[in-house]
Amino acid sequence: MEDLSLHILDIAENSINANAKNIEISLIEEKEKDLLTLVISDDGIGMTKDFAQDVTNPFQTTRMTRKVGLGLAFLEEATKSANGKLTIESTPNIGTKITATFQLSHIDRKPIGNIAETIVMLIAGNPDVDIKYNHCVDELQFIFDTKDIREIYPNIPINLVNVLSFIRKYISENINLKK
Amino acid sequence: MAKIKIEDLDKIAEDVRRKMNIREGAGRVKITVHMGTCGIAAGARTIMNTFLNLIELQNIKDVIVTTSGCAGLCSREPMATVEVVGQAPVKYADLNEERAKKIFEDHVMKGRYVEECVLSIGSERIQ
Ligand SMILES: Nc1ncnc2c1ncn2[C@@H]1O[C@H](COP(=O)(O)OP(=O)(O)OP(=O)(O)O)[C@@H](O)[C@H]1O
Ligand SMILES: [Mg+2]
Repeated sequence: MEDLSLHILDIAENSINANAKNIEISLIEEKEKDLLTLVISDDGIGMTKDFAQDVTNPFQTTRMTRKVGLGLAFLEEATKSANGKLTIESTPNIGTKITATFQLSHIDRKPIGNIAETIVMLIAGNPDVDIKYNHCVDELQFIFDTKDIREIYPNIPINLVNVLSFIRKYISENINLKK
Repeated sequence: MAKIKIEDLDKIAEDVRRKMNIREGAGRVKITVHMGTCGIAAGARTIMNTFLNLIELQNIKDVIVTTSGCAGLCSREPMATVEVVGQAPVKYADLNEERAKKIFEDHVMKGRYVEECVLSIGSERIQ
């Protein structure tokens, strides 16, 4: 994967496959601590403790079409090469929380990439799932939540191409948090 | 310049409301872009965006784009399936932006398969 936005799409796909109805993604940049934290949590079917413990092993997968699962192994590799780590917390029938940390200034830390395109793709493919995105740069914050759109526009299908295009523009214009 | 706000969706919402009365043919063609780690790493998101942009640019109302899990053929990603109502689904492999555009122009809009990218038609495998 080239950048973190593609990892996010991939990890959120795991949540979709776990029948999540709500996915929360947050990306927190803390310059003082030289830390970038990515958290993806869902309310899907979860994993047992044993399964979750070994899940970054590529042979730990429930997929049917192929014997290896690569998504979490790739993300773990990305954290390690930037002086960070991957933590997985999961409870069956409650949900899963994936936390990936990176040294913000590390030369091998992957760039954030195009978050707007990732969110739009998730919504287009899964219009019934609610997606919340939270981005913090030090004390500045940007939040996008599909629930807000549904609340203000209850009769508009969220996956209409015009709406998706609006969302893409909205996120890319507001995500650059600067003082 | 003021940044775009959620309320700026008002205009689109108004437009949608007006047009929904006309009752459009809900989906003549369905395009499914395959995901999974291999698909994403190979560029599935770009393929998805290409289709969405074409639909928006050409103001097309009867084409649906969605995603599905990985199809299991990792070496042939990115892949997409085009389903015209009443016809067998066609699975395309080894896509890039240019091929996606061609599939859109030829197959989605004119009903002609783009043979050089076809992986299978219906349930039958070609290669
Ligand atoms: N959010 C989640 N909720 C429940 N189970 C999960 C979740 N994320 C991962 N899993 C489990 O962990 C396994 C491994 O996930 P991983 O993303 O590494 O590979 P995969 O999804 O199986 O395949 P790939 O990502 O290569 O397409 C999955 O098959 C699934 O069983
Ligand atoms: Mg996965």
